[in-house]
Amino acid sequence: MPKLVGQPLKRVEDPRLISGKGQYVDDVQLPRMCYAAILRSPYAHARLRNIDVRKALQAPGVVAVITGKDILGKVGPLPCAARPVPDLKTPTHYALAVNKVYFVGHPVAVVVAEDRYLARDALELIEVDYEELPSVTDPEKALLPEAPIIHEELGTNLAFEWKMEGGDVDSAFAQAEVIVRQKFVNQRLIPVPMEPRCVVADWDSGRQLLTLWTSTQIPHLVRSLVAGMLHLPEHHIRVIAPDVGGGFGQKLQVYVEEALMGYLAMTLNRPVKWTETRRENFMASIHGRDQVGVMELALKRDGTILGLRYEVVADMGAYYQLLTPAIPTLTGLMLCGPYKIPAVRMTKKAVFTNKMSTDAYRGAGRPEATFLLERMMDLAAKELGIDPAEIRRKNFIQPHQFPYTTPHGITYDSGNYEAALNRALELVEYEKWRKEQQQARQQGRFLGIGISSYVEICGMGPSRAMPAGGWESATVRVEPSGKVVVLTGAHPHGQGEETSFTQIVVDELGVAPEDVTVIHGDTEAVQYGIGIFGSRGLAVGGTAVYQAARRVREKASKIAAFLLGVRETEVELQDGHFVVKSDPSKRVSFQQVAAAAYDPKNFPPDMEPGLVATAFFEPSNFTFPSGTHICVCEVDIETGEVTILRYVAVDDCGKVVNPMLVEGQIIGGIVQAFGQAMMERCVYDENGQLLTGELTDYPIPKAHNAPKIVVDRIETPSPVNPLGVKGVGEAGTIGATPAFINAVCDALEPLGIRHIDMPLTPARVWEAIRAAQTLQP
Amino acid sequence: MRLTVVVNGRRYSHEVEPRLLLVHYLRDVLGLTGTHIGCETGICGACTVLLNGQAVKSCLLFAVQAEGQEITTIERLASEGQLHPVQQGFWEKHGLQCGYCTPGMILAAAALLARNLNPTEEEIRRALVGNLCRCTGYQQIVEAIQWAAECMRSQSGTAPKKP
Repeated sequence: MPKLVGQPLKRVEDPRLISGKGQYVDDVQLPRMCYAAILRSPYAHARLRNIDVRKALQAPGVVAVITGKDILGKVGPLPCAARPVPDLKTPTHYALAVNKVYFVGHPVAVVVAEDRYLARDALELIEVDYEELPSVTDPEKALLPEAPIIHEELGTNLAFEWKMEGGDVDSAFAQAEVIVRQKFVNQRLIPVPMEPRCVVADWDSGRQLLTLWTSTQIPHLVRSLVAGMLHLPEHHIRVIAPDVGGGFGQKLQVYVEEALMGYLAMTLNRPVKWTETRRENFMASIHGRDQVGVMELALKRDGTILGLRYEVVADMGAYYQLLTPAIPTLTGLMLCGPYKIPAVRMTKKAVFTNKMSTDAYRGAGRPEATFLLERMMDLAAKELGIDPAEIRRKNFIQPHQFPYTTPHGITYDSGNYEAALNRALELVEYEKWRKEQQQARQQGRFLGIGISSYVEICGMGPSRAMPAGGWESATVRVEPSGKVVVLTGAHPHGQGEETSFTQIVVDELGVAPEDVTVIHGDTEAVQYGIGIFGSRGLAVGGTAVYQAARRVREKASKIAAFLLGVRETEVELQDGHFVVKSDPSKRVSFQQVAAAAYDPKNFPPDMEPGLVATAFFEPSNFTFPSGTHICVCEVDIETGEVTILRYVAVDDCGKVVNPMLVEGQIIGGIVQAFGQAMMERCVYDENGQLLTGELTDYPIPKAHNAPKIVVDRIETPSPVNPLGVKGVGEAGTIGATPAFINAVCDALEPLGIRHIDMPLTPARVWEAIRAAQTLQP
Repeated sequence: MRLTVVVNGRRYSHEVEPRLLLVHYLRDVLGLTGTHIGCETGICGACTVLLNGQAVKSCLLFAVQAEGQEITTIERLASEGQLHPVQQGFWEKHGLQCGYCTPGMILAAAALLARNLNPTEEEIRRALVGNLCRCTGYQQIVEAIQWAAECMRSQSGTAPKKP
């Protein structure tokens, strides 16, 4: 039987999902279930003088109304898991506002009613007396002395300062022949998973068990933290995350609504469901990015990089969510990219503003790093008159230099950066396009070519470097009939690990794919796990599955040898049978071995019955996928409209388990990056009103404007795990944004345009063109 | 109000509130949870169903507006255990990841192929502008629909379009 790892096996999760038989949280219907709706602040910053819920309580169908004061001491504050510096300033994050509201969308009260319409009706009957306060939404202005202080008890909007340094940065800049400098905005984004969040809570007073169905990437961590908030022992909460309709980091969270619904189900003794509206999702589920900073690159005239420094203000929003303070730190870790940069420094000011919290959004800190560095590489190339491919090639870390440690102590596992660049140049037909660009310019047309070479940090990660554990768990359980159940602590939400984990198990145990079931997302069924984020599903979760399957195979081998009356070294697994190597006609099937394990009448005397193994895999390091993307575009200088003519992506995510899934992740990620590069921007006005509050105001890529992507890959196995895999979930979003922007800026170079901040909407591009034309004689 | 409607070939009659959205009727009253809700404002298309064969957004219709009409949801697209070619195409070509937009996307594609068995790539992409997907980047969705179109053409004996 050929190995399944490496094959484009069709997804095992698809039959249910294409037939409308998936189960998402909002599909859960329970007897006597009531529905919650949440009153949210219309102000960015205000004092709560009074909340009058009497009318709402009398409204038809209303079961309960709660406010922040009602639940003080009963529902504890939401914790944050990240603590990048010891003197981090941490505001208390109550589940409902108590004295003040800090952002538009801040939860103020919850109504529970017999149906969702009645719950929403009653929201309008709650009377809140707000005393509006001055607000601040610009993170740089939040640091000015005249800025209103958001959390009075902290006395400052400066959440913390963080500094990272490696090598001798000052002397690198002193020796520089050229210094390139640019200010960059990594704009705030809204993740927009297609499924909004949803929570169903059910309290079993007999077992004293709270069951929470929630649309999350991290069911076990939700259980641990909600248990703490509700003062419940951890084993009295069961969290179920069934099919999850996209996460992108927005569901790598514990949210106040999860604790609130749990509290309501317990106090009302009825199941409660809350389904987020899209507007709520935009206002009150985490946002991404939001950094404003200045980067400087010190170089020699021949293009050799001597050092870099980055000074940044990072917007935390009004509160920390689960990992908020850690996200810009990830930018720092990857600032050196795929280049030998001997000296690096990043200084960060993290600030509070009257906006929703930022946190991990697909790529989480690394897209920012790639964007900054790859824009700088192009700016340096232009300044020095070097081809952008050449300046990258000149500075790449070479294949023989791995494992490579950056000056700030990050050790890259493996890579072959030049191979990916060369393949991408070939695939895009770089020379041809450069010639075409010259000809087009003579005809007054503006073609541009943008290169982005990236390396990212994923497969998160060793526990010593993670806020919670960095391992993952798996149980492989063979039933008496030989069917296999895999319990994974990782929790896929669209990436397809039910399929890739099946492939791993099939190869180890020799069973058919249809004989394997992968179970995840139920804390009562599955041993403790961490979840899926940071492109860790396969590299950490898949490795745990592999290790557990290997342990099962070892035991099965021993049983088979006993049944066959030979030494263990004399049997091997062939096509679902254990055979004697010297005489393959002597054989027992995997099913016979499984049956013997559970009916151990003819069984090795020193062996326990059963055929099951659990593994917890702790990786020794992160993994470092890499690649080069190249975009070719044309800009219409009359309208500012950008047309993507060609986009090639050559990625290296290590060994590939399922090339079809890899391609899906890469293309999907690139189109999401295209959204950031060309159209998406979350906008608050000066008063803290969210101007992009619906999908009508916040465009994401659609079928007719999404670019077509040509994909290829190279394969450099990772030494960090036995599968040699790295991870691919975020590579597209990390690698792609600068390719788009570099292409547009390259196209507009003849106009003297140096840089345009994302997103490159036609209006922005047109404004830049007009400004440049006004400047020119 | 009394609502009588045929859903997936079966006649239903219910007393409903006039303001009840069609999507909530399908999901909460009939238990057809394959139709999803992504925005309630008619942008995302996750709630797409077929109303008399036309793709419509069931969050933009009141249930009572479907009075006397025929609705097909994702649950009925496969017949007698046989996947619709569009469903099969999505499976073959990896046209879905999280699966949340998928039922609406499949129904929008099925409606397109019902009126045009030979769509160009551009026509396919235009036909999907009312259906958002955040996972796939659409490329494999387009390939899935092309696969389905070819499959349906060969079933119906229509010659494939020359390139």
